[in-house]
Parts: sequence; C-alpha cells; structure tokens
Amino acid sequence: MFGIKKSLLVSIWFMFLTFPLMVIRVDTIEKTVQWRWMNMVYVGVGAFLFSYVWRFLLERKAAGSAVDAPAATVKERFTQRILTDPKMYRPVIAIVLVGAVIFPLIMDTYQVNIMVTALIYVVLGLGLNIVVGLAGLLDLGYVAFYAVGAYAYALLNYHFGLGFWTVLPIGAGLGALFGIMLGFPVLRLRGDYLAIVTLGFGEIIRLVLENWNEFSFGPSGISNIPRPGFFGMAFDMHSATQYLYYLMVAMVLFTIFVVNRLQHSRIGRAWMALREDEIACQAMGIDRTKTKLTAFALGATWAGAVGVIFAAKTTFINPASFTFMESAIILSIVVLGGMGSIVGVMLAAFILVLLPEYLRAFSEYRMLIFGASMVLMMVFRPQGLISNIRKKDAYKRSSDA
Amino acid sequence: MSKLSYPLLDVSNLTMDFGGLRALNGVDLSVKSGEIVALIGPNRAGKTTFFNCITGIYTPTHGDIYISARGDKRRRINGMKPNLVTRHGMARTFQNIRLFPTMTVLENVIVGRHCRTHSGILGAVMRNSRTRREEQESVDRSYELLEKVGLQMFADELAKNLPYGAQRRLEIARSMATDPFILLLDEPAAGMNPQETAELGELVLRIREQEKIAVLLIEHDMKVVMRLSDRIYVVEYGQGIAAGTPEEVSKNPAVIKAYLGEEHDA
Repeated sequence: MFGIKKSLLVSIWFMFLTFPLMVIRVDTIEKTVQWRWMNMVYVGVGAFLFSYVWRFLLERKAAGSAVDAPAATVKERFTQRILTDPKMYRPVIAIVLVGAVIFPLIMDTYQVNIMVTALIYVVLGLGLNIVVGLAGLLDLGYVAFYAVGAYAYALLNYHFGLGFWTVLPIGAGLGALFGIMLGFPVLRLRGDYLAIVTLGFGEIIRLVLENWNEFSFGPSGISNIPRPGFFGMAFDMHSATQYLYYLMVAMVLFTIFVVNRLQHSRIGRAWMALREDEIACQAMGIDRTKTKLTAFALGATWAGAVGVIFAAKTTFINPASFTFMESAIILSIVVLGGMGSIVGVMLAAFILVLLPEYLRAFSEYRMLIFGASMVLMMVFRPQGLISNIRKKDAYKRSSDA
Repeated sequence: MSKLSYPLLDVSNLTMDFGGLRALNGVDLSVKSGEIVALIGPNRAGKTTFFNCITGIYTPTHGDIYISARGDKRRRINGMKPNLVTRHGMARTFQNIRLFPTMTVLENVIVGRHCRTHSGILGAVMRNSRTRREEQESVDRSYELLEKVGLQMFADELAKNLPYGAQRRLEIARSMATDPFILLLDEPAAGMNPQETAELGELVLRIREQEKIAVLLIEHDMKVVMRLSDRIYVVEYGQGIAAGTPEEVSKNPAVIKAYLGEEHDA
C-alpha cells in the first residue's frame, strides 16, 4: 500500500517535470499552442509502473538477503561448484574449446570478425582486471596503452617495415613502459583522484596522437597496415580473418594462463593486500611502490600486445578508435563481470561486445541501455555477474598432499 | 647468550609535531630481548603515535630510533618506509583491526611471508621448482602459525567472517609471519571478553617463550598489563612520566595522579 502511494507521488512528480517538454508544443508556423494531454498520461502511467516495479525488486532484494539466505547460498554454491569442481568444469571447458576451434570453420567472415573483436576485449578486460580487480587501482585511461600498442605497430611498420611478430613483443613492452610512466606520478593517489589522473593520461595520449601530425599523421590516421604473416603465406580475406581468430584464441588462452598464475602467486597476493588495506599491506613488508608499478605495468602489457593485433586486424588506425568511450567499455567489462574474476570478465566481454553488434536495430539506444544496465547491476548485483571465488584448495599443506 | 639483555629497540628523545601540536615530546623507551614491555597512558597520550613513528608511518621530528636484531648491528630507522621496518624485523598489529577482509584467513597469513620470500613475476608465471618450494614453505609456515593462535580450523574462511577475538589473533599470526624479532601490539585485548583476554595473555607469553620474540604492547586493561609486562612505560600528553617494573610504576605518585588515580576503580 505504501509502495503504491510512493509510486503515485513519483508519477505525479514526473508528469510535472516533463510537462513543458512532453505536453506543450508551440507550432511556430500556425502560431498556435498544442496541448498533448495524452503524453502526460503515458508519462504518468509509465513512471508509476517503473517506480512500482523498481520498489518491488528492491524490496525483494532486501527480503532475499534476510529470509532466503539459504536459498541464495545454494545458488551461489551451484555456480561455485561449476567453477571449482574439476568434474563439473572440465567438460564445460572442453565444449568451449571445441566450439572455439570449429567456430570459424562453420561461420562466415562477418561472424568471425565480430568474434575477433570480442576476444580482443576479453584480453583487454583481463588486463585491466589486474589493475582494477586485483590491485584495486581505478584506471580510467586504460585505452591509452591499447593506443600505444596499435601505433607502435603502425609506425614501426611504416618507418622501418617491421613485421607483426617482431612488433608484438615490442608493443607489449612499450605498453608496460607506459604503464610505469603513468604509475610513477600517481603512486600517492587513491580512489577518485587516481581515476581522474588516469582519465587525463588517456586523453593526453589520444590528443597527442590527434594533433602531432608529423609523428602520428593526426586524425587521418595510418592505413595499409599489413595483417599478420604466417611464414610468408598469402591469405585471402576469409582465411586471414580465420588466422587472426586463432591467433586471438591463443592470446586469450595465454592471458588466462598468466593472469591465473599471477593471481595465486606472491605478487598476486600483494596486489590483493594492497587493494584491501594499503597501510596494513605496507606493515606486512610489501613495497607499495613496487607493487603498484608492477600492477600498472603488467596490466598495460596486455593492452599493448592486443593493440598490435587490433592494428593488424583493422589495417587502419586513427585516434578516434581510442576515445574515453573505449576505456569506459573495458572498465564496464571488468565491473560487470566481477572484479578479479576471470570467468566473469570473459562473460561480460562477450555480452558487452556481441550484444550491441547483434542488436544493431537498437543502436540509437545503445548508450541508454548500457547505462541503465550498469545502474541495475550496481543496485542488484554489485559483486558482478560471477564474483571472484577464493579457491578453497588453492593452498595445501605439504603434509596433506 | 651473553647478549641476552641486548636492547632490540632503543628509542631516545622521540618528538613528533603535527603542525603546532606536539604529540610526542622527548619520549625514551627501550626493549631488550626476551622482554614484554607495556606502554600505557590515558587516551590521546600519544601511544599510537609512538607506534606509528617507530614503524615508519610517520617520520619523527626529532629523536633517534635504533633497532638491532640478535647479533645484528644497530640500525637507525627514523623515517624508514614501513615495509622496510617490517623487513628489518619489527612487526606490528593495529588498534582498529586492519586485516585483508575479502582474503581467506590463510592468505592473510601468507601475505605476511611476502618480505621473507623472493619469487618474482617470472617465477609466478613459470612456477618453477624454486617458486613452488618457496610457496610450499610459506603455506606450511602459515598453517603452523594459525595453529599457534588456534585458528587452523578457519583457514579457508574469509577474514571478515571471523569473530572479533579471532580477528585480533589473526592479526598477531599475520605479523608473526614476517619473522619479527620484536612484535608491537596496539591494544590487543581491546573489546575482548574476560576469557578471550586471558587466552590472549597466554598467547603473548607463548610468543615470548616459544618464538623468542620480544613484545611491546599498548594496553588499557590493567590486569593484562600487570600480569604480562616485565617493564612498563607511562606516557601522558606526549611526555614519558614514569618507567619501571609493574610494582614500581603502580606505586609511582605521578602515575597514580595522572592515570591510575583517575581510571583505577577496581
């Protein structure tokens, strides 16, 4: 009853707010004022329903955490079991792997191309996950390192004719270098301040690329970037995309392998300790400077490497590919997937890249849906799609083994 | 054994200014090996500031802080970074518990091993035999410490889910994982019930006997202080006003006036 009253108030308030915009319309040719009262009804009913559903969901969430706690943990345990029990996750992994291998053989070039983009975002998400999810450093300029990698390949190829495989490690290294360069000035910053400075860093890189014509050819970008070679074999369009796809799959597997190992290592634990409590972390003998810099560097490495692949995939790059929007999407992938969770980040990358691609019809509302879903996530599932599960059997005593 | 009473921690004339506020004014303190020393004083007397100065969180305005591990040379640690202070063998706990809440209990302790292990990025990725051995040693040592503080059954719990008293003990286990020669405990018994307090007292004594770690503790619970400490330092308004054995201190008129006279109601 209380909810209905509140929702009614909300709907009246919305009708009042949207009155000048939705109801009054001045026809400047006829010099008359139209009163569109039906619009007001729509707004009122819409606001009421939306507000009521919202309130209902919130209440259910509050009740759910209090009363249905056992049910929730059972569900949680089910996802946990899939992720932690070898009997459950091995078949899943096998199916995904087989699917990944045969995918480009049964799909057309367009589909494979989209999938390559999705895989690129998987690696970017996993890379940023090191910085944001593990070390807890909010980085809004991550796309800068992606740009560094892409331009490293484009420029080194243009000026010196270096090939893809030569530049791939160079791009990764440059990414790491720029990660450290960003890391030094922000060592003392935390939270919001860190986010602002990293945001600025991302914009600096983009603006430099846009305006320094002699260096980066400005907004017109660099074209005719060669695709990756394979022992000098020539590919047609379709097989080149297929090749790139398998390359990306290998890259994703490598990233998962490395990130997973890092997570359960001395350095990964130091990152997590830094995220949890900076002062206690230092009191445990962890060098804050070194830990932060390795997080920035290792996160940026992936962006650098994947930037090289991106340049090779599109064969054309310009600064417009590296706007803040990209950083925001990559960060959303990490947040949506669940900070620190490898599976979650992969899932989120697929959702956030593939959905807009297949819902081209709604592309006008893309940002609207994007924003709304982020808000919903934060309210109803702040820990992400798949929260990071601490592996219970990760550390065994030698006497037990 | 000839150096049994060698001072592990030697603080002289420690002064700390925050702008115009003098939080500490020429405090002297020393801890010898095998000792349990208490630092007491009314609220806001500067006890925690003292801890923060000697563990490198603040850089003191004046004064000298020397530490020397058994048989090691004296080392001045003024203004040294906190992580280096820990590496040199002085570990601490915090007044308001500072665990790593969403890491497991075991991981919390393993983090403490950080400064005694060396494997780097490459080792983590390759997981070569040296890294694996080091990891295993860390895990075994951490389990051992959890057993010592009686938390081995909680090893896989998240730290934030532990009851309050257990969190305090976990903090002690975590700081012991850094292999200190001196342990600084900031109000370890705060908020504990009498039974937990008694167990904590036993634990501190065991740490001294079995691990040969000296202890410097800040504590408000006078029963704990009187039972555990070999020597007591009293500070008030940032000044050291008395030092000595529990008997001496409890009879000291300045202390009674400043502290026990007001607080002692038992």
